[in-house]
Amino acid sequence: QPRHLLELLRRTTVHGESNSALVIGPRGSGKTTLLNHVLKDLKEMKQVRENLLEKPFLPGLLQTNDKVALKEITRQLQLENVVGDKVFGSFAENLAFLLEALRKGNRTSSCPILFVLDEFDLFVHHKNQTLLYNLFDISQSAQTPVTVIGLTCRQDILELLEKRVKSRFSHRQIYLMNSFDFKQYIKIFKKQLSLPAEFPDESFAQKWNNNVQHLSEDKTVQDVLQKLFHHSKDLRSLHLLLMLAVSAVTVHHPLLTAADLQEASRQHSTDSKANIVHGLSVLEICLIIAMKHLNEVYDGEPFNFQMVYNEFQKFIQRKAHSMYNFEKPVVMKAFEHLLQLELVQPLERPSARAQREFLLLRLLLDSSQIMEALQLYPNCPTDVKQWAASSLSWL
Amino acid sequence: MPNLEHPAYPAADLLRLESLVPCRESQVSMLLSVFGERQHFSFPSIFIYGHTSSGKTYVMQTLLTTLQLPHVFVNCVEYFTSRLLLEEILIQLQSCSGTEQTSPVHCDTLNDFVRLFKQAVASQELQDQTIYIVLDRAEQLREMEANILPAFLRLQELTDRNVTVVLLSEIVWELFRPNVGCFEPFTMYFPDYSIGHLQKILSQNHPPEYSADFYAAYINILLGVFYMVCRDLKELRHLAALNFAKYCEPVVRGEANERDTRKLWKNIEPHLKKAMQTVYLREISSSQWERLQHDGGEPGQLKGLSAHTHVELPYYSKFLLIAAYLASYNPVRTDKRFFLKHHGKIRKTNFMKKHEKTSNHLLGPKPFPLDRLLAILYSIVDNRVAPTANIFSQITSLVTLQLLSMVGQNDQLDGPRYKCTVSLDFIRAIAR
Repeated sequence: QPRHLLELLRRTTVHGESNSALVIGPRGSGKTTLLNHVLKDLKEMKQVRENLLEKPFLPGLLQTNDKVALKEITRQLQLENVVGDKVFGSFAENLAFLLEALRKGNRTSSCPILFVLDEFDLFVHHKNQTLLYNLFDISQSAQTPVTVIGLTCRQDILELLEKRVKSRFSHRQIYLMNSFDFKQYIKIFKKQLSLPAEFPDESFAQKWNNNVQHLSEDKTVQDVLQKLFHHSKDLRSLHLLLMLAVSAVTVHHPLLTAADLQEASRQHSTDSKANIVHGLSVLEICLIIAMKHLNEVYDGEPFNFQMVYNEFQKFIQRKAHSMYNFEKPVVMKAFEHLLQLELVQPLERPSARAQREFLLLRLLLDSSQIMEALQLYPNCPTDVKQWAASSLSWL
Repeated sequence: MPNLEHPAYPAADLLRLESLVPCRESQVSMLLSVFGERQHFSFPSIFIYGHTSSGKTYVMQTLLTTLQLPHVFVNCVEYFTSRLLLEEILIQLQSCSGTEQTSPVHCDTLNDFVRLFKQAVASQELQDQTIYIVLDRAEQLREMEANILPAFLRLQELTDRNVTVVLLSEIVWELFRPNVGCFEPFTMYFPDYSIGHLQKILSQNHPPEYSADFYAAYINILLGVFYMVCRDLKELRHLAALNFAKYCEPVVRGEANERDTRKLWKNIEPHLKKAMQTVYLREISSSQWERLQHDGGEPGQLKGLSAHTHVELPYYSKFLLIAAYLASYNPVRTDKRFFLKHHGKIRKTNFMKKHEKTSNHLLGPKPFPLDRLLAILYSIVDNRVAPTANIFSQITSLVTLQLLSMVGQNDQLDGPRYKCTVSLDFIRAIAR
């Protein structure tokens, strides 16, 4: 694929052809990296250096509407002084003027421009898609050699384009998939961790690389990588894990060990909701168990505070020895804390007129998550635990 | 013996840091190892989550100020629109880089922000060091424009500078993630304090007149009562400060000495239980509580915020309210049975059997038309009630007091419908 893109860009700069292409791939599959790599290669090719190549880079996250995008293009093409105080009737005129100005700047021929639009799907949501329309229009009308490259992570991007924009687009799509298998994954792991040859301290680099080789053959490390690989193939999570492990390297602990990687992996994959449940008070845990029982009885229908309080009262009267029967406002405060932590979510926004106790809610925790979290909960009273595990045979 | 060691920072600083953040050494050492030395690049974004008052804001601030790392600290609740947020970050950056003048900054969009940010960082002192942008209460970022959160996560890439964004929040990351995915931050958990930790932290601020053991015993008692309900450090600290004077009373009065735990416990226990119902629920303010303790009177007449018992209603209004409650919570079928002198038997239909389990008390009040209210009213009041304008105006005043609420539009053909919004306890209190 890099060759394809490289070829495309080369044709624009050398032969003056206009083109457009979309690079599509899931998050973290290296689209931006690919583009930068290709551009670097391009700059090194001899023919290109003779032609000037201007490159406005427009990250979609920052250009919230077309006016902003246009100003950014103006700025990056360094044409601010030319534009000055002119007022433009329409967007297309503005863009045409910019290109005209570029043409006059380079006397011999017009200079090829490469537009890079990152997060292409965000541009699609602008009003009327004017920027896209104009860019693609110019790329088809052969006045100035212009290439438009869009990077996006949505597979259905073509459906989002308007009809007139889609017809002007050349429908050239380059797909990037993470299509390597586990062996290649391990090779990538080794390559990422190894120090490059230009590292100043030779002997340390040697020791480090040997250590990396040793690690990549270690069984526990392979297990850790296998787990991560099954979870998500993209390289970003690998980077995160490696960075975490490498940050444990200090002067006292100069080489990476398998234990570091295991620790990093454990930290990376903890269940965050279970952590939050770990920190709740006993009263709040009882409320969550009451909600779990309600979910089981009523098959997941939404409940409200009054129902939960009822369940809690039933538990207190029949089974509890260690729990004191708290007053209703105290229980309400614990419940509101759960709402604040977003472990329960209301079905609709609470209005001022409806009473708080009767607001319908859903629990955002799974019952297996609750049971696991209860195992880890420190000093849980045994009757609370037994209540959680019981089925409703006493109803 | 310093637990935190790092070659880049002087040991004296680290020692001071350690004394300021008890029970959080492992988190601080993890943060230090992630930050690395001053000029190292770190993760582009870090997401720290943990319970309320588990020390996230405090530890971050202490860490950054003690080690004097260049940072910007912004609370997203205070700067709740994107423009306010971005401008505040730029203003703090200006003061961070030590420039004397603080020119007014105008920044509307993220595009301008990135440009101005690059300019601001270009000054000499900030050139090499990592800049930390800390956003507290980051869950508010979800409410702002949709591109703010993903842009902050990628700020290192977008500005091409050495900057790390740290997000602090109580809510887990899964609820933050935008639909299309984003650049995943490094998530870190600040575990809640265990009961031992809480004891240690709370015992640290004992007043100098009494010994540490005495205060520790007091904290023990306090935790014993409140730990089941609440583990929030701030709340517990508030309660500890308020009730300590009462705890010391026997010692002050000379009835018991410091070691007489049983007497002290007997003195303080009912007091703490009362505190749970009032100060903990913020029904009365802390100054009222202190005044109450000072007077030493029996707090039978505590005028809490939600104590409706002192709302005095006229005679007919009380009956109206009771009638409204009955109308809301009894199904229409049973009216005939309860309120008429000669009632027939009610046949239990199939429909009723299926729905017997969910009582109306759980589901909330149902709306009822005005006629039904008046009908029930006539049947429960002993003497004859004439439907004068007086009665109707009392209904309206009940609506204004929000004891009844009007349901539906103003121009309904059948007449207005109402719903009762008070609970059974209140009705019982009124009926006395």
